[in-house]
Amino acid sequence: MTDTRFARMKDLPSTHWLGAGTPMCAGCGGLQALHQIYDILGNKTVFVNAAGCMTLLSIYPFTPFRGSWLYTAMGSAPAGAQGIRDALDILLEQKHIPPEEDLTTVVLSGDGSAYGMGVSATSGAIDRGLDFLYICYDNEGYGNTGQQFSAGAKTSTSKGPRGYPGYKKDLFALWAANKPAYVATVIGAEPLDLARKIEKATQLKGSRLIIALSPCPTGWDFDPKESTEIGRLAVKTGVWPLKEYQDGRVSHTKIPKERLPVEDYLKVQGRFAHLFEPVRNEAMLAEIQQRIDDYWADVV
Amino acid sequence: MNRKLLTGNAAAAWGARLAGIDYVPAFPITPQTEIIETLSGWFERGELQGRMTVLESEHSMITAAGAAAATGVRVFTATSSQGLLHAMEMIYTVTGWRAPFVLVNVSRGLSSPITLEPDHNDVLAARDSGFIQIHCANCQEVLDTMLIAYRLAEHQSIRLPIIVNLDGFYLSFTREPVEIPDQSEAREFVGEFDPGQIKFRASMPESQAVAVLGGSPYSYFRYETHLAMLEALNVYPEIADEFNARFGRFHGLLECFECDDADYLFVMMGCFATKAKDAVLRLREAGIKIGLLRPRLIRPFPSAAIAAAVSEKKALAVIDQNLSIGKGGILHAEIASVLYGIGQAPPILASFIGGLGGRDISQEEFFEIAQTLINASKTGETPPPRLLYTAREFKELKNLRAIAQVERQQLKENQP
Ligand SMILES: Cc1ncc(C[n+]2csc(CCOP(=O)(O)OP(=O)(O)O)c2C)c(N)n1
Ligand code: SF4
Ligand SMILES: [Mg+2]
Repeated sequence: MTDTRFARMKDLPSTHWLGAGTPMCAGCGGLQALHQIYDILGNKTVFVNAAGCMTLLSIYPFTPFRGSWLYTAMGSAPAGAQGIRDALDILLEQKHIPPEEDLTTVVLSGDGSAYGMGVSATSGAIDRGLDFLYICYDNEGYGNTGQQFSAGAKTSTSKGPRGYPGYKKDLFALWAANKPAYVATVIGAEPLDLARKIEKATQLKGSRLIIALSPCPTGWDFDPKESTEIGRLAVKTGVWPLKEYQDGRVSHTKIPKERLPVEDYLKVQGRFAHLFEPVRNEAMLAEIQQRIDDYWADVV
Repeated sequence: MNRKLLTGNAAAAWGARLAGIDYVPAFPITPQTEIIETLSGWFERGELQGRMTVLESEHSMITAAGAAAATGVRVFTATSSQGLLHAMEMIYTVTGWRAPFVLVNVSRGLSSPITLEPDHNDVLAARDSGFIQIHCANCQEVLDTMLIAYRLAEHQSIRLPIIVNLDGFYLSFTREPVEIPDQSEAREFVGEFDPGQIKFRASMPESQAVAVLGGSPYSYFRYETHLAMLEALNVYPEIADEFNARFGRFHGLLECFECDDADYLFVMMGCFATKAKDAVLRLREAGIKIGLLRPRLIRPFPSAAIAAAVSEKKALAVIDQNLSIGKGGILHAEIASVLYGIGQAPPILASFIGGLGGRDISQEEFFEIAQTLINASKTGETPPPRLLYTAREFKELKNLRAIAQVERQQLKENQP
């Protein structure tokens, strides 16, 4: 990342494009990331939204977006992006609109859509080399319907002693395996890393994905003011690796020098209380730590 | 003008071509595939300007169709049966976007059991979606209806997508002589696509299809869509007259065949109605005053026109090529809702279910239906609903089962 215009924090945009006063929860990590992303993308964009918390950003007759917006459905936002992209291309080809009227097509969805219901539409879009940017705010659950676990869920919000037994599906790898233009993970708590990746994504053509881990006070059960701190912990404990894929290569953009123990991240969230109460589940904690260590052993 | 032998599918493709479509999101399904294959050939050979994109499902296909129409281009797409059902979430969704386009549905029975042959349960599942729905009975009508449909869909006081329906196999694969209008004349009739306010442009940011909170704005938008669709009943006749003046063919809200002096009417939609026409002619030779009423528009439902056409008749037989399981024929229920409260409603409204999954309806069955109407109007008693299904068919089914059982027995015995 040599030729970035975001060398240090003070280079981040000072104009903020996204309006305030949305109905999102206080401390929403997804909204934090979206603010930062939108500041860089700007208003020459059309956001194609899938059902989720962010659908409620635009409620008739208000919208915080300075650019355009189309709500589609939970399963087919990438197909909406396809229709808009194709139509804009046709209008440009036929010279019905001048190039300055063109828009960047952006899909905005949660993890339930990106990892699950929308995978068919996403895979089709990648197959067709659709020129679009997919932004997934990943709150690891169906936030809008009450945080049931989605395919992006890490451990449980279901209240069994062990919780949801599965592990997070690797959406990054799923995309990267199909050689799209760009894939990156970001988090609102690391704004400089995020800005550089969005900047890079906007300079590329083709299918591009940004997955933003989105600390969710409501679903993860923590105090809204802790949102950024929890985001930082996700990075420092190695739970959320910041990385990117381009030209067949995956590189990590921020490798924690000394990873904090994963329980530092887990114990501050009510959704993981079952790992600590009524008794510490040592075996489970060790298993989670091991998985993280295994991941990083391959990286460094 | 140019006369050619075309299948119903080819006629649909020609209609789209002549209407000057820009964009075709597509997905294959029998018996519709010939339409997109024909269009794709034209795009490849440069005979058609624009773009075709093959999506990975009909759900995506309708999303892309609506999104492209909402961006400001003229869109055509086509599907059938399971495809229409797979897309159903978006069929309902895109009508609220008020972005007009035309979808051809080639009717085919629904699973299960899975089948290829036609009936109208697929398209009628979209009845309440907000799509205008026009049903065709022959290949010429298919082509002509495509041109009329674009005019109607894009009309500034309507702005709704339209399903043009043709029956699978019987119409989709039957070749008939079709007059193909002149390209320039067709384009003049359809006009340029005018997206109005509904488009995405960098200089004019728009939020489309946003959420509402509460029943008040929701009711407002839903009812507004309803009123826009009803307006199509006023606009349609003007467009049909203009089409007739230009091309010399008239396609009304309804087709009334030998209706004026009739005592009895068959009421049917789609291409099986042409079989009823034959029966009408033969029954008239036998001195029975019968006619055929075929609604072309199913949504909006041309209630007033139907009421006028059936008033003072002695008896109606609605032959439904569909089945609302647990209720009966859908068209029958729709017609009944029109008759209640009109002064001269026919005293007899009989219901027949026929042609499910492409089962033929024979002339003898039409004669039998006519006789049922005559008897009923004598006694004044409406007969119970009936499935057109013969004892012979039932026997054949039983025979096939018996053969299959014997075969299975033999397989068992031959096993080592
Ligand atoms: C076809 C369909 N099924 C279910 C829903 C209900 N629903 C709305 S949002 C949502 C959860 C979406 O989860 P995610 O994509 O993670 O977004 P989040 O709610 O977490 O923001 C669900 C299940 C829907 N809108 N559409
Ligand atoms: S539930 Fe979570 S993701 Fe949804 S708005 Fe609230 S904090 Fe944000
Ligand atoms: Mg979610």
